[in-house]
Amino acid sequence: MDRLVNVSIDKIQVAVPESATVLKAAEAAGIAVPRLCFLEGIHEEGNCRVCVVKIEGQKGLKPACRTQVSDSMSVKTNTKEVYDAVSSNLELLAGNHKFECWKCSRETSCEFLDLLRRFSVDNTFSNEEVFKHKDRKLNESSGAMVIDSSKCVLCGRCVSACEKYTGLGILNFNRRGSKTYVGPALFTNLEDAGCIYCGKCIQACPTGAIREKDDIKALERALRDPSKTVVAQVAPAVRAALGEEFGYKPGTNVEGQLFAALRVLGIREIIDTNFTADVTIMEEGTEFIGRIRNGGTLPMFTSCSPGWINYLEQYYPEYIPNLSTCKSPQQMAGALIKTYYAEKLGLDPKSVVSVSIMPCVAKKAEARRPDMGRDGYRDVDIVLTTREIARLIRHRGIKFQELDPIKPYGNLAKYTGAASIFGVSGGVMEAALRTVTELLEGHSTPIEFTEVRGLADIKEATYKVAGMDVNVAVVQGGRAIGQFLEMMKKSDKQYHFVEFMGCTGGCINGGGQPIITAPMQGKFDIRERRAKVLYAIDQGSSFRKSHESEAVKVLYEEFLKEPNSHLAHELLHTRYKKRDVYSK
Amino acid sequence: MLERMQILICGGTGCRGSHSKEIRAEFERVLHEMKLHNEVQLVTTGCFGLCDKGPVVVIYPDETFYSHVSVADVAEICEEHVLNGRVVSRLVIKDSVDKQKVKNFGELKFYAKQKRIALRNCGNINPLEIDEYIGRDGYFALGKVLTEMKPVEVVDWMKRSGLRGRGGGGFPTGQKWEFAAKSSDPIKYVICNADEGDPGAFMDRAVLEGDPHSVLEAMTICGYAIGAHQGYIYCRAEYPVAVERLNHAIAQAREYELLGRNIFGSGFDFDIEVRLGSGAFVCGEETALMASIEGFRGMPRLKPPFPAVKGLWGHPTNVNNVETFANVPVVYLKGPEWFKAIGTAKSSGTKVFALGGKIANTGLLEVPMGTTLREVIFDIGGGIPNKRKFKAVQTGGPSGGCITEKSLDTPIDFDNLIALGSMMGSGGMIVMDEDNCMVDVARFYLDFTVDESCGKCTPCREGTRRMLDILNKICRGDGTLEDLDQLESLGNMVRDTSLCGLGQTAPNPVLSTLKHFRDEYLAHVVDKVCPAGVCPNLTNYVITDKCIGCTKCAKNCPVGAISGSVKQKHKIDLEKCIRCGACKKTCPVNAISSKPEDWRAVVNG
Repeated sequence: MDRLVNVSIDKIQVAVPESATVLKAAEAAGIAVPRLCFLEGIHEEGNCRVCVVKIEGQKGLKPACRTQVSDSMSVKTNTKEVYDAVSSNLELLAGNHKFECWKCSRETSCEFLDLLRRFSVDNTFSNEEVFKHKDRKLNESSGAMVIDSSKCVLCGRCVSACEKYTGLGILNFNRRGSKTYVGPALFTNLEDAGCIYCGKCIQACPTGAIREKDDIKALERALRDPSKTVVAQVAPAVRAALGEEFGYKPGTNVEGQLFAALRVLGIREIIDTNFTADVTIMEEGTEFIGRIRNGGTLPMFTSCSPGWINYLEQYYPEYIPNLSTCKSPQQMAGALIKTYYAEKLGLDPKSVVSVSIMPCVAKKAEARRPDMGRDGYRDVDIVLTTREIARLIRHRGIKFQELDPIKPYGNLAKYTGAASIFGVSGGVMEAALRTVTELLEGHSTPIEFTEVRGLADIKEATYKVAGMDVNVAVVQGGRAIGQFLEMMKKSDKQYHFVEFMGCTGGCINGGGQPIITAPMQGKFDIRERRAKVLYAIDQGSSFRKSHESEAVKVLYEEFLKEPNSHLAHELLHTRYKKRDVYSK
Repeated sequence: MLERMQILICGGTGCRGSHSKEIRAEFERVLHEMKLHNEVQLVTTGCFGLCDKGPVVVIYPDETFYSHVSVADVAEICEEHVLNGRVVSRLVIKDSVDKQKVKNFGELKFYAKQKRIALRNCGNINPLEIDEYIGRDGYFALGKVLTEMKPVEVVDWMKRSGLRGRGGGGFPTGQKWEFAAKSSDPIKYVICNADEGDPGAFMDRAVLEGDPHSVLEAMTICGYAIGAHQGYIYCRAEYPVAVERLNHAIAQAREYELLGRNIFGSGFDFDIEVRLGSGAFVCGEETALMASIEGFRGMPRLKPPFPAVKGLWGHPTNVNNVETFANVPVVYLKGPEWFKAIGTAKSSGTKVFALGGKIANTGLLEVPMGTTLREVIFDIGGGIPNKRKFKAVQTGGPSGGCITEKSLDTPIDFDNLIALGSMMGSGGMIVMDEDNCMVDVARFYLDFTVDESCGKCTPCREGTRRMLDILNKICRGDGTLEDLDQLESLGNMVRDTSLCGLGQTAPNPVLSTLKHFRDEYLAHVVDKVCPAGVCPNLTNYVITDKCIGCTKCAKNCPVGAISGSVKQKHKIDLEKCIRCGACKKTCPVNAISSKPEDWRAVVNG
């Protein structure tokens, strides 16, 4: 029984459950105790010592985030002693920090900067030569993510987040004492250390110590190159979250303003990744039906999440034959941009700069895979995360809230409802089912397959299709991927089609999405809010099945001929390879 | 077979380091040669405590105590003492307290005020022979506990004994056992913390190497009391001999069914395994220790929850120090009232100290609580050598503080030492004299804790590092008065906000020296002078009129900074001098000084 107890915080009386912490009790009293390393449900070690408070009758100061309340406990959060102690700790952290706030990826969401401002911390130690102890540990070689110890406050949140979300233990504390640094063992390059680039660590980091590789300058250069034409594509999940960067409530669809902003930035050719999401369903659906009819490898695994591909290639390469050979919608779009679209625009593909706006950090590495291009050019040249495009829009002084929404012109910006839900876990599966069931049955089949929706790590369902029991599963997040594959190995159940996503929630919770800072993370589930946007777009679409898309029909008629054709295979399909971890 | 003579050779750390193994081998060889090997029993024992006088050899039955024995002396001992019954007087120990030769072990003033309880078997038995342990009442306590007492009684006796943890915390052991006993979890653990890490501390090492069975017996008693069936001894890997002895003892105890299933036919099962540390002082902190056993990085965890409630792998766990356990069997053999009667009202029993630094009798000693610091340092320790003046004594290692002359008559117990701004700690006691610089001493201890900080929490990881930077700055001669203020405020902050005991106590040496020796700090930052004559940048060396011109200093100077002819007063060229102090050490007449009162006149012309 969790009885209520009376606690006094800064002389304010509150009644809270006995199991509550002082931090929660303070919240109930309307007091926001400063905090840094506490990340609810992920990292609760009480090691930063920023949340220390004075508890009457107890020696020293105690961490509010992990100290349980007791009846008639009296707490002071803001005495001179507490204030000086917290300031002192922040001052020490500041002394190791390389301040580049104006160009830092966390310019508007840095929890450390917020604390420094709150306590007006002096930059006492930064300039003293004699106090320099930490060598900067910087790893940028993955091309997707950056680890930078010069911004690290050693809170440990990333270590815990990686452990919780993937179970791969890519990050940990190395060495000890003041020489401690966070990173893979011996600071091995991320690409060699088994990382899948899901970016949960970035979402957990309070500063810019772990961040996406910043490619904003690459876009700026391309826009100013008179010999180049920039063509941009935008992923489904971006429109559901970008608004958060400009003060919109989480769960607001800002699609029209997003496209308008790209136009204002100077990008004239804009297409929608949603279009190729529909194309992906055509290609993958056909591939799946082929495997069913011709005894191909089953279950078939989806292949649009590069975080998931990274996981499979490094940890379960024996399942490579199960992967669909389809590229992701990003890469299909890139291939079509450089061939089909460039031709239409009368442009040499080498003069086209293909840019994608993605909720994902792993996409940066995906774009550089060897198969993703031909004839000396890449299908996607630059990948920008939702956060980077937001920064660029802000830096250019564009008033996002005041933009009039626009819709890009042309077939390559048209999409069905099925495409829009690609950004949610279960969305690819549902989109595929809408088309595959209809093709197999030969007549109209349901639009909604709600069993595959939702936040559960592993979802399963069975559908009767053309006299067959089709067993499907939807898996989200690194940890669940490992669990599911191990379970599948031991199980007798024959699965037919499994959707895998590297991020829980799907792309809407991708490593490149707007950061929800720690104090907010405990308050609501961002995945639900963003998912609502995409399901709403789906609901409001006139066409909700990929094969109903006129634009897709035109593409095949004019260019690809039919799904899985020779040309489709050449441009829209790929190969996978076993990758070793810590082999160098 | 009855031998007429027993030769005990100390196998403790210091004596081993001085070739006591070779001495034993030589005894074996010579005695065989002289065909006396059947009349003489050679026993390699644990530590006698008089480490400064090692290698130690004690002959029974006449109790002759030989000190500074070398391999070359063995033949003479065999010929003179063993064969002809004549004591080799040049090897007889010269007691630093008596200041004269004392033949009989039992008459040594060093032992007069000691009461060896935890060390009762060290120096008396061969630690490799379980029968010798049993021969001195070993495992009788366990037998009594398992066959005559209920677990709740066992806990009660421990509470009544008043035994408090000997690892440094001083928490009442009986209460700790009671907390663990209370839980209803069927899986519980007993852990022996053998990660003795304080620099200069080797009390636990002596027990582990010299009397390992006492720990095994104690852990089993504890297991019975709290309801645990598995024990772990977490021993630092830097004690390979201790690890070997423990594993050997465990195997022997299992063989005798004093460990394992159905001990003494009581139906109680208990087994023990040794786990190795990996070179981290912080793993002496109980939660970091448990993390290490669990296979994680040795970083402390928040308390509460306490190990007695949620410890190893989430189960109730009782963690006690080696010395605490060494006392346990005696409580059940002699009864809690016997134990309680020793020591002071709030700190019963004895404490083992590792006495070091500027002291004549460096080594291990065990005294009843309540013995004064003065008695320990002068009556047992033999006082400061070379006629130097006492300055301070540091107890508690890197977690403790300095105690000055005016507090020397304080009876030693847990609470008195805390009241003095220090703490008991695990038992390290380092004596300092007028030639120690207290700023340098603080820096030495802080250097250790900075190196050993695990890095988990901000104040310890960053704060102690900054404090060390400031101390280095001060000793380098670049210190300011503001630095002293910053040192103090950082020290207070680190003490008040650190996550574990390492950080919470790391500032103690600094804060206590700032309090008791502020004048030395001021001399360093204001006058840019080191009053003790230690810090190279703030000191000068000068040869006084006591010089007899023997040229020893000039010969030992690594940079050739000393000039002078035979029988003439020599001179140091301060431009060349690197302030290493080698000259001062070699001077046979103490004619070289680094004290400001001696060099000021010379330097200032």
